[in-house]
Amino acid sequence: MSNAFSNVRTIVKRELKSYFTSPIAYVFIVIFLFLTGFLTFMLGGFFELGQASLERPFFSWHPWLYLFLVPAIGMRLWSEERRLGTLELLFTMPITPWQAIVGKFVASWLFLALTLILTFPIVITVNYLGNPDNGIILTAYIGSFLMGGAYLALSCITSAMTRNQVVSFIISVVLCFMLILAGLPAVSTFILDVLGAGGWLADLVGNFSVLTHFSGFEKGVLDSRSIIFFLSIIIFSLFTTGVILRSHRAG
Amino acid sequence: MIKVENLKKTFGPKVAVNGISFTVERGEVLGFLGPNGAGKSTSMRMITGFIPPTAGKVTVGGFDIAENPIAAKRLVGYLPENAPAYTDMTVYGFLDFVAELRGMRGDQRKKAIHRVVEMCFLESVLYQSVDTLSKGYRHRTCFAQSIIHDPDVLILDEPTDGLDPNQKHEVRTLIRRMGEKKAIIFSTHILEEVEAVCSRAMIIDRGQVVANGTPAELKQKSDIAGAVTLTVGGVTSAELSQKLAQISVAKRTAILKEGSSRVLARVFPRPDTVSGELARQVAEVAQREKWRLEELHTEEGRLDEVFRSITLPETVKEERK
Ligand SMILES: Nc1ncnc2c1ncn2[C@@H]1O[C@H](COP(=O)(O)OP(=O)(O)OP(=O)(O)O)[C@@H](O)[C@H]1O
Ligand SMILES: [Mg+2]
Repeated sequence: MSNAFSNVRTIVKRELKSYFTSPIAYVFIVIFLFLTGFLTFMLGGFFELGQASLERPFFSWHPWLYLFLVPAIGMRLWSEERRLGTLELLFTMPITPWQAIVGKFVASWLFLALTLILTFPIVITVNYLGNPDNGIILTAYIGSFLMGGAYLALSCITSAMTRNQVVSFIISVVLCFMLILAGLPAVSTFILDVLGAGGWLADLVGNFSVLTHFSGFEKGVLDSRSIIFFLSIIIFSLFTTGVILRSHRAG
Repeated sequence: MIKVENLKKTFGPKVAVNGISFTVERGEVLGFLGPNGAGKSTSMRMITGFIPPTAGKVTVGGFDIAENPIAAKRLVGYLPENAPAYTDMTVYGFLDFVAELRGMRGDQRKKAIHRVVEMCFLESVLYQSVDTLSKGYRHRTCFAQSIIHDPDVLILDEPTDGLDPNQKHEVRTLIRRMGEKKAIIFSTHILEEVEAVCSRAMIIDRGQVVANGTPAELKQKSDIAGAVTLTVGGVTSAELSQKLAQISVAKRTAILKEGSSRVLARVFPRPDTVSGELARQVAEVAQREKWRLEELHTEEGRLDEVFRSITLPETVKEERK
């Protein structure tokens, strides 16, 4: 067990180092911070709202922001490994494929966490201007982090499917978009009115949406169902990644 | 140490490896030979546990690679084909990562890295990024990775590919030396390498073992094995052929080259001739006839010829004729 842990840690360490030896990490962080700032202060109407809250101007953008930015981190995870042939090295080391899969995922998730932490000036600003409920802000951050993890895990699958990073990026954007789509009011209206299906179907589809689950966190509610929702997406995706990697090797 | 039983691998309809069996003990160096696409790399990938076999069984040091992969992989060092390495790391960082995955800590790890850096002559590029390395250095880096934990079993897929002649020599010496205490399998397209390094060689063709033995045994299969080649002066080729034909153990004589003053000829023995007998008798004839004998030796046989005669498809052989 301690062995498993130290193997995962070794891989996490290597991955994190490799993020910061390439310019990708810095470019990503700059773009992320720039976009959050732009969306919050310009489009989000932070100042016009006149509320000491980050829900509308800041967090409500996250599902959309992640839609393009998270697949950009995730696309190289396994495709690069296959392209370089280092997969063959990694999988002939005395570690289990699980340790490698979890290690690589956790490293990318930590990287996302770091980027999120770097948005702290926005929190400071809102605290300086007014009296926000920092508990709500914290839960919203937790929700955002979990949602990012779910997107990342989906990107793991697509990056394991192909050696081509661009293909991997496009497929994961589509997958993540479907997770958003399921929760848009337009979709539930469509199900109710056009398909004439009962409310249960609309609810079911809505339950598969990251928007539905994230909105609870944004309001400061730590709902265990939502936590389980995001964690199950992550576990399911990592499991699928393992299956895909194995099927490649089996030929 | 390595036991392979009836190993088979199919990719869709394509049979890449078709029932290979062999064992390699400690102290043996087994050379894999075979034309492109014969299934050498695929076999190695199965032995190292990278791809699961379609059928068959591999045990390394008594551990089944399918049932007990971690224990088996611990014993193995592997240099994959094309020497992959993480391009965003330095040579040192890469070796450090592998050593850590191999479970080495602290001082032990530093010593291990230092040892392989010295063995593979990597000092000058130690802090260079892998993606800026020349092909040969990248190959050496990956080779260093495979021996960092001083494994009992080494699987090397074309270890001298891309190396300069000096480095090729170094690596061969290293493999031979390590082969005294380890079980080693390596593949190569360079046939001299087999003679220089292997204690046993196996020729694989279309997924099957078509020849297996010591390099000397394999060479015996060559057409020219046992033939006597000689260079003589003071005699015409016609006379030479005529006199040599009288030797009881000689089957036929071929004139390879005829100059103004000397003739290069090759005498083939009859089957079952005691080795050395033909050479002795040729020398006797030369002495009796007072030829000016400049050179005379018995051919050992040539691996490249054996390789070609075994692995060339029949149709190609006929076309050549
Ligand atoms: N993943 C794969 N999918 C489909 N076919 C494959 C795969 N890997 C190998 N093959 C096929 O299996 C056969 C054996 O390939 P292998 O790489 O083992 O040959 P090799 O003996 O190493 O050749 P070389 O001397 O060129 O390195 C080839 O015909 C190859 O096309
Ligand atoms: Mg090969």
